[in-house]
Amino acid sequence: MTTLVYLVPAALFLGALGLSGFLWALSSGQYEDLHGAAERILIDWDDKLER
Amino acid sequence: MSCCAPGSEIALEVAASALPSSDEIKLASRPLGGDSHQTDLSVPAVHCGGCIQAIEAALAKLENVESARVNLSTKRVSVRWHGDQVPPLFATLGRLGYKAHLFDPEIHEKDKTLSELIRALAVAGFAAGNIMLLSVSVWSGAEGATRDLFHWISALIAIPALAFAGGIYFRSAANALRHGRMNMDVPIAVGVSLAYAMSLYETINQGEHAYFDASVSLLFFLLIGRTLDHVMREQARTAVNGLSRLAARGAVVLRDDGTREYVPVAELVPGMRLLIAAGERIPVDGDVISGNSDLDCSIVSGESAPKAVGAGAHVQAGTLNLTGPLTMQATAAAKDSFLAEMVRLMEAAEGGRSRYRRIADRVSSLYAPVVHLAAFVTFLGWMVASGDWHRAMTIAIAVLIITCPCALGLAVPIVQVVAARRLFEAGVMVKDGSAMERLAAIDTAVFDKTGTLTLGRPKLVNASAIDPAMLAIAADIAAHSRHPFSKAIAAHGGSADQPKLLSVREEPGFGIEALAGDDVWRLGRRGWAGWKARTGSEGKPGGYGGTVLSRNGSIVACFAFEDAARSDAKAAIQQLKGAGVSVDILSGDTERACSEVADALEIDNFVPALLPSGKVEWIEALTRADHKVLMVGDGLNDTPALRAAHVSIAPATAADIGRKAADFVFLRESLLAVPLAMEVSRRAGGLIRQNIAIAIVYNAFAVPIAILGHVTPLIAAIAMSASSLLVIGNALRLQGFATTTTAPSATGAGS
Repeated sequence: MTTLVYLVPAALFLGALGLSGFLWALSSGQYEDLHGAAERILIDWDDKLER
Repeated sequence: MSCCAPGSEIALEVAASALPSSDEIKLASRPLGGDSHQTDLSVPAVHCGGCIQAIEAALAKLENVESARVNLSTKRVSVRWHGDQVPPLFATLGRLGYKAHLFDPEIHEKDKTLSELIRALAVAGFAAGNIMLLSVSVWSGAEGATRDLFHWISALIAIPALAFAGGIYFRSAANALRHGRMNMDVPIAVGVSLAYAMSLYETINQGEHAYFDASVSLLFFLLIGRTLDHVMREQARTAVNGLSRLAARGAVVLRDDGTREYVPVAELVPGMRLLIAAGERIPVDGDVISGNSDLDCSIVSGESAPKAVGAGAHVQAGTLNLTGPLTMQATAAAKDSFLAEMVRLMEAAEGGRSRYRRIADRVSSLYAPVVHLAAFVTFLGWMVASGDWHRAMTIAIAVLIITCPCALGLAVPIVQVVAARRLFEAGVMVKDGSAMERLAAIDTAVFDKTGTLTLGRPKLVNASAIDPAMLAIAADIAAHSRHPFSKAIAAHGGSADQPKLLSVREEPGFGIEALAGDDVWRLGRRGWAGWKARTGSEGKPGGYGGTVLSRNGSIVACFAFEDAARSDAKAAIQQLKGAGVSVDILSGDTERACSEVADALEIDNFVPALLPSGKVEWIEALTRADHKVLMVGDGLNDTPALRAAHVSIAPATAADIGRKAADFVFLRESLLAVPLAMEVSRRAGGLIRQNIAIAIVYNAFAVPIAILGHVTPLIAAIAMSASSLLVIGNALRLQGFATTTTAPSATGAGS
């Protein structure tokens, strides 16, 4: 019983952390172009300094 | 969808149109404060990482461009730029080989519903996962204080899930009840809230069974179906919105003091003088003051042959100016123009589809009362039998939970999502799920002629009868004009040695004149080109009118044209007939043009020379005779009919409001999209009925167990998940079925 007192809150906290991470990613527009993001990793920008 | 996936190549041959002027781009861009603007372009041909790199690098190099960002999922490019001078965006994209369309700023609103759904889904998923974890410990034997603690934590986690995810269902259910209707969300809302209330009561009284997991995971499952449904429709909507706009955004107004100004369409008033360049669309109704040109009226009236206009002629909004610049005087504001009249007719015609009730709603209007009655009778029965109101209440609520239409709520949307995905891959966009239900029921298909059965583009039919040398010269000359006939001739350009053309001049409304050596060649109207040969050639094919090629005034070749039929039009008609659908043509074109097409495609019934209201009346007459009518059309004149029909399909080349009015839009050239859409819809209809049957059979087994009081939270969880999985698995069968129709092949551009 005593272990539950801190294990359950810890589990819930970690879950809530994941949830808030997802909600943040959603609101910061990271889900707006999933296909583009997958392709962009392959692009080798030469002019990185300008951008 | 990955690079080069089916559906990503959108083959579109949009009628000849000039690049948007910089004024037009400016009008369509969003000011970002200061002197910066954001312009959104739709670039359907973007399909891989290479495209992203090429476009972003090229646009970023332009002067005044702050940033350019490609969105591969929606196939859009948004460019931020500053200064008064609009960067040459279209020319740059054109050089790279990408065709771009301007986007309307008002369409670019962020999709609020989708983010609300996904947020609700995330919260419900989090809550369902954690509550299930705690519930499993309870089912595995947690007892006493531990069990109560777990129940209390579950109750706490469920609150945000109910408020956030459940809110969507509560609002929808309340809305339905307020209008005196029943939908699937009513039993869901009742079941979920009663389950929570009872579980809370049990928890407070240290009871053994709590249904927190049932109420939250039910919401989670249903939200998955709802979100997928929304994503699918949104994808179709984006694809349709990305098509080029076929109405003018504004026009150059010639002021009395000689200055020119670009004015948005909404601000044009009668009496203004407008300059219309070749390749632009006429923005409002008006009269031509000066200039000669040919107008492409196909999208407005359904006539396939271009109309020559000169000073004094009346022109309608929406027609395309092909060959020469015109000065015209507006006689009506945009809101009183032909286009606006079509919108009014369209709104008046609304009827057939608003009366349609979706299968899910029809089922739930029976299902919900039966279920709620069963729960009530169970409560009364146990009250009488045991006299223990707490026990009676618990069992009655268990009945509600077990019958909560988890499978039923998924049965319809999941099938429609899978079906819409299949159609999307074949280049057919579905606007909403009820469209598929309506398409499955049709028994009559009505086609427009120009632009639907035909491409609205003429094709040279007597090429083999013309001297190849003459044809080559004609093709060479024709390449200088954007008149549809010229384009058809130019397509026959060969490599034969021909005299070099020295100067080429287009005489709008008449034809093209070219000098080669000492010879004057003319390609155009018979009376103009063959000025010496007014006698003698009358008996030849082509008759008195027609298009000819002449050398120094004597006719050397005659050209005969025919509106090119859409590829596979005949096969598509045959398949529709084979599926027991009768096919008619309703056209605004002449009787002769209609009968030629009807003969070629083996269609028995056609009605020529119809006005837009005539088409609506025809469809309403068919509807009164108890036919379910499918309308396939593209023109402005078809738009009211598209709305009046039971269900409607438009090609991607249709007028803007036509695309908005239609339930389905097909992006590729082949007309086989129509029978394919019908077949997929009919299959989907069959699967929906199977799924509903599965859900009912599940209830037939589960309800007696619940009424007898044997349901525990564990049994409820297993039964609900199992029935949902069964329904989803059945829906996925649609993905694999092989069509008897060959899928329309992708044609041309894009990939």
